[in-house]
Amino acid sequence: MTQYVGKPLSRVDGYDKVTGKAKYAAEFDVPDLLYGYVVNSAITKGKIKRIDTQAALNLPGVVKVFTHENRPKIAWFDMKYKDQDAPPGSPFRPLRDANIVYNAQPIALVVADTFEMARYAASLVEIEYEEDKHETAVETNRHKARKPSVGLTTLFKPGPPKPRGNFEESFSASPVQMTGEYMHSMEHHNPMEMFASTVVYEKGRHKSGGRYTIYDKTQGVTNSILYVSQVFDIPFKDIRVISPYVGGAFGSGLRPQYQLFMAVMAARELKRSVRVTLTRQQMFSLGYRPANVQTVALGASADGKMTALYHGVVSETSQYEDYTEVIANWGAMLYPVENYKLDHKLVHLDVATPMDMRAPGGVTGVSVLECAVDELAFNAGIDPVEFRLMNYTERDQIADLPYSSKELRECFRQGAERFGWVKRKPEPRSMRRGGTLIGWGMATGIWDAFHMPARAEAVLMVNGKLRVSSATADIGTGTYTIMTQIAADTLGMPIEDVLFKLGDSDMPAAPIEGGSWTAATVGTAVKTVCDDLAKKLFKIARKMPNSPFAKATFTDVVFADKAIQLKNDTSVSVSLQAVVDANGGAAVRETSSALPNLFKQRKYARATHSAAFAEVEVDEDFGTVRVTRLVSAIAAGKILNPKTARSQIIGGMVWGISKALEEESVMDHQFGRIMNHNLAEYHVAVNADIQDLDVIFVEENDDIVNPLGVKGVGEIGLVAVPAAIANAVFHATGKRIRTLPITLDKLL
Amino acid sequence: MNLTTEAPLISKKTPLLPATHSVRLTVNGSERELQLAPWTSLLDALREYMHLTGTKKGCDHGQCGACTVLVDGKRINSCLTLAIMQEGKSITTIEGIVQSEGGATSERSDLHPMQQAFIEHDAFQCGYCTPGQICSAIGMMHEGHAKTADDVRELMSGNICRCGAYPNIVTAIQSVMHPQPDTL
Repeated sequence: MTQYVGKPLSRVDGYDKVTGKAKYAAEFDVPDLLYGYVVNSAITKGKIKRIDTQAALNLPGVVKVFTHENRPKIAWFDMKYKDQDAPPGSPFRPLRDANIVYNAQPIALVVADTFEMARYAASLVEIEYEEDKHETAVETNRHKARKPSVGLTTLFKPGPPKPRGNFEESFSASPVQMTGEYMHSMEHHNPMEMFASTVVYEKGRHKSGGRYTIYDKTQGVTNSILYVSQVFDIPFKDIRVISPYVGGAFGSGLRPQYQLFMAVMAARELKRSVRVTLTRQQMFSLGYRPANVQTVALGASADGKMTALYHGVVSETSQYEDYTEVIANWGAMLYPVENYKLDHKLVHLDVATPMDMRAPGGVTGVSVLECAVDELAFNAGIDPVEFRLMNYTERDQIADLPYSSKELRECFRQGAERFGWVKRKPEPRSMRRGGTLIGWGMATGIWDAFHMPARAEAVLMVNGKLRVSSATADIGTGTYTIMTQIAADTLGMPIEDVLFKLGDSDMPAAPIEGGSWTAATVGTAVKTVCDDLAKKLFKIARKMPNSPFAKATFTDVVFADKAIQLKNDTSVSVSLQAVVDANGGAAVRETSSALPNLFKQRKYARATHSAAFAEVEVDEDFGTVRVTRLVSAIAAGKILNPKTARSQIIGGMVWGISKALEEESVMDHQFGRIMNHNLAEYHVAVNADIQDLDVIFVEENDDIVNPLGVKGVGEIGLVAVPAAIANAVFHATGKRIRTLPITLDKLL
Repeated sequence: MNLTTEAPLISKKTPLLPATHSVRLTVNGSERELQLAPWTSLLDALREYMHLTGTKKGCDHGQCGACTVLVDGKRINSCLTLAIMQEGKSITTIEGIVQSEGGATSERSDLHPMQQAFIEHDAFQCGYCTPGQICSAIGMMHEGHAKTADDVRELMSGNICRCGAYPNIVTAIQSVMHPQPDTL
């Protein structure tokens, strides 16, 4: 029954978002609220010698200034600070001691009765430092790189596999070769909403403890409640974390950020409600996409068969955690190369720990790999699409398993056709429009199709409407909408009668919303719980006096038009309202878990694929690049809602343009400080940067990934785009720019 | 090595602060009197003192456009003006767009055509920049300079959408600028 699934429905949360009614973490009105304002370190490494808060405390309305000297006692063991996305290591603890381990590290919290007073008082806190020598540059420290430690998160982010075949031998014997060294800058997520936590404090059941309702900006309320409970030793029953709307996150909400720690600490100590909101500048003191240096060497036979692949990565991490992401492995998953050698090492620097940022590792590695493949194809004198078709594989070489589905060939075909690729002249600098150079480039994209365990609840309410819930998040991805569609279809109800709720730690648990796994994961849980509720409803209907289903079994009925109907005679039906009434007028509820079918999945590799085709205009006098056309063909299994899915892909493509041409957190290594920590100088794509974007969803059927056949679309829209643009820039100019972003100075 | 980073202009003594002022603001047609520190921005006055949180803070520096509101019909960044400077003006936020702009799209809906178009064309994802985009788009139409899609892109570039909904934002705005009854 698919009345809604697969249809381009408008967002069910649209009304709230266009009217300003949607409330984000800092927007809940709480009586007698105190405001916290964070003070950050001005140095990169060393110690606080003296911190003087007296001038701030003298101000009217300033309640307290928390520093490492007066902070309350909190958990001692590292384990307690480990959140669900914590890499191996020892998590950062705000206000732990006098040590400074990265620039702009939070070192004090000023709490006052107005925001204006807290902000002003924060400027009066005097700090004297003892400064140590710091290191913040990947490039000049790459000789110190070492193998990352392994931990729980490594399960989803496997390190490079052992080498296969003999790379050195086959590379040196390859008649067609390329080698290159590539560099990517640090990037920051910069969601539009700044991180904020509003902690509502109420007197608890016991004398000592309070009750905490926390409105938090997070990609996982379960992650936040675990963290708060462990760090502050507050029982679960006294904490509730709520996050109905998240103003973008892109991975930055996968770990609890320090405003949560600060707000809870202050609320617990002062026994008052507290809100802490970060500033845009402070958003640059959080995790980021790590800067990295990558080396690639590829070899092919004279007729264009790829034979040898080396991909070596050195990326940055903090001194206290080993953050890794999958960067080096994608080539061996995309191409049937028999000889490969892959490597990923970390440089430990005096910086904050990096964090997952949209398509973490994927876009980093593929942006390099696909430029390298373009170069190899060029050296072989073969069209880049043709070259990829010649080196197509139905198997993931690393897992040594076939893909559960892979319609990448169709992505190439439909994408090339829509773009008009056949009209491309292969020679660089051969296409012009007026005075500007035109370049056409393409690239492949790949991302994992994950499926995680999750729980959901479904309630047929007294008024005959359906309420379904799960503690997941909607960071703009469309979770509210697609879950409502799935639930409505499963129980045959009009979409207006279905309410999907999320973002509340009182709801059944779901994993953090990341990795493009939410549609598959929570979608399967919603489908499962609605199926289970259907069985329960049927059971009740069957026992009703004079039930028309007395002799029927569950397989004989369908759920449609707000009723249970006999399959072979739909005129025989019992309305869902009648079922609730028969239940003594009480709501009928069901809670279910949905686990991935590992038995089915283990025989297959599972991934989404894409092909991106880009047209750029390059003005040689100014070195400016404009992306005038971009076509993305996506193979991501079943598309639950073409409208919201297209928006996800468009968003990914905008990110791709932004990454290729604009985004760069510029660190002054002399100070170890990010110099462009604001939205005027940290450039993200604006409306005028975006021209004609075209999305194609290629049909792809897959009954192995999960019962819904969906693979997720949050990441895949981004992965192929930066390489497609860099390749187009080469085609336009004849220059291989190996450093992202491709700013105008690199083309002059 | 020692490094003292206190700003030289800040005295160690706590400076005397100007007293709070009574400020009268006319927001969405109704007048409100607030007691504010004189350096309170219009944005903070709306969000923290009037609980009109539809107006968003995305940077507090006039760099992102999330706080765009209409003052006497003109779009401004509410973070770049003090509340006290807006006395006697007519301030319209996303919460008051419908009344100020002469009614709703249809009897069944209480939405402004721009709000309706944003939903219809999926011109947002996370929704955080959306009130600013909508106010900005209405302000832009009042200015009357935008004729083509390229004009819209240029004149809407003060409103960042990190989710990257730009193509849909342009389509939504154009559908209001050039309504085609057959397709809407």
